Amino acid sequence: MIDYFKEVLGGFYSLLAGMAVTIRYFVKPIVTVQYPRQKIEMSPRYRGYPQLIIDPETHVHRCIACDMCARICPSQLITVEGTKFPGEKQKRATKYIHEHQYCSLCGLCTEVCPTDALEYSKEYRLAGFRREDAVIDHLVLLQQRQYAVGLPVTPIPTEAEIAAAMAEEAAAKEAKAKAAEKAKAKEAPAEEVKK
Amino acid sequence: MFERGLEEKTFWLNLGPQHPSTHGVLRVLLEMDGEYIVTAEPVIGYGHRGHEHMAENRNYQQFLPNMGRVDYLHALAFNQGYCMAVEKLMGIKVPERAEYIRVITAEMNRLTSHFLWVGAYLMDLGAFTPFLYCFDDREHLLDLLDRITGSRLTYCFYRFGGVPVDLDEEFIAGTRAFIKRLRSRWPDYDNLVTKNIIFIKRTKDVGVITKEQCVQYGLTGPMVRGSGIAYDIRKSEPYSAYPEFDFEIPIGDNGDVYDRYIVRIREMEQSLRIMEQALNKLPEGPIMAEKVPKRLKPAAGEVYQAVETARGEFGCYIVSQGDIKPYRIKLRVPSFANLSILPEASVDNLVADVVAILGSIDVVVPEVDR
Repeated sequence: MIDYFKEVLGGFYSLLAGMAVTIRYFVKPIVTVQYPRQKIEMSPRYRGYPQLIIDPETHVHRCIACDMCARICPSQLITVEGTKFPGEKQKRATKYIHEHQYCSLCGLCTEVCPTDALEYSKEYRLAGFRREDAVIDHLVLLQQRQYAVGLPVTPIPTEAEIAAAMAEEAAAKEAKAKAAEKAKAKEAPAEEVKK
Repeated sequence: MFERGLEEKTFWLNLGPQHPSTHGVLRVLLEMDGEYIVTAEPVIGYGHRGHEHMAENRNYQQFLPNMGRVDYLHALAFNQGYCMAVEKLMGIKVPERAEYIRVITAEMNRLTSHFLWVGAYLMDLGAFTPFLYCFDDREHLLDLLDRITGSRLTYCFYRFGGVPVDLDEEFIAGTRAFIKRLRSRWPDYDNLVTKNIIFIKRTKDVGVITKEQCVQYGLTGPMVRGSGIAYDIRKSEPYSAYPEFDFEIPIGDNGDVYDRYIVRIREMEQSLRIMEQALNKLPEGPIMAEKVPKRLKPAAGEVYQAVETARGEFGCYIVSQGDIKPYRIKLRVPSFANLSILPEASVDNLVADVVAILGSIDVVVPEVDR
């Protein structure tokens, strides 16, 4: 009988102790952020979608279209195309499509990049009305970002320009090959003479 | 199977797959005699995604993001287990600082997993308030983890040979502040939950699992420690930097649901101790091993690596045939083995207690189905 009353009283006390905790927190200041009016700054390593870095010196991207990111991507969602333009040492990206709806934000593409051309954005508002809204064209995005900060906008090469560049490249290659052949042909008789 | 229901005056009850207290798409088929359970049969496979088969079709790096999605609550332990298995296969030595960073982040992730379990489990039992307290603390941890890993839930942070980013001062200061804050909040949890008469009445002597049953069913993690067996991979097969830290393995004595709760709560305090020691002893040095090839091509061989997740032993078994893709990856997940005790533990219990027992197993359904 005594045990029964002990249990009832003890139980009642335990409930009051729990209430005391909640009441203590009830009078503490509110910590909720009123979202649309207040916003929390994203942490420096927050992983939004990957985007091309604007080089601080040249104000354009550093992508050389080496296709490393497209090959390592677990979901195979990156499409990169690039052409070597006349007068330039390396290839330059002419198309960079990132299908963000399949992205798992693993970070392999940003780490594998040989020129460190990719970074994470801080964008978290990704809602869209269609599936195509999640497909990001990085060169267009780069133009928008350049425009937003007042930098000269990098033009995206048109198909005609790419074709012209490729034709010129092919012609240059052919000329080079021919020159090499000629040089070889010149060397060969000389060797024969030596013999 | 379904015929005998009416004749013996028992009936069948479906718990799930869309039930708030099954934490995912788990269906438990209960044969009931009034309020009492005659048989309980978990039906799994609703969330099957074929992770093991996916591994056979991609190279070693490309399987990394999958490991954050098998057990989404303690993803970093799965990251660690897989990375360590591949490192063992390749013979890569991880720098000490990277091991420390792995331990700190994995323990933080263990804390978030336990917090979510405490909150969700008490909500199963009908207590709503502790859920909010747990999520408050978990939010602080997620902010810290977000700061270093970049994501809040499905982490893909460890790499073969180390970690990609180093800890910064703000993270270290924030972690120290969090340890202090959480220690000041333990009395609140005690008053709110552990000493609460309703909670004790619901959980004491419910779903008792004996030591023999634990061994028979191959249970691991808090399930086996709640029954009084001090089995923890961090102590029994030490890996990473764990042998350098001083921590205890909390064990229960009765093996009931209450003991499993107590074990988890005390384990959280031990995680805090590990984090504190790791921060104090954090060595200087590189965070990435040198000479890790970009294209991994391990020699033919087999390797097994076990780590302790919040739910028990996670083992990663890799068979390599000298190709860039693994020939076979087998994931030994703790929830699958732990769930197998449910039919035996829930027989002759009330239907309300089955929810308590199922919750105490801490089953993560994507991990069971994987």
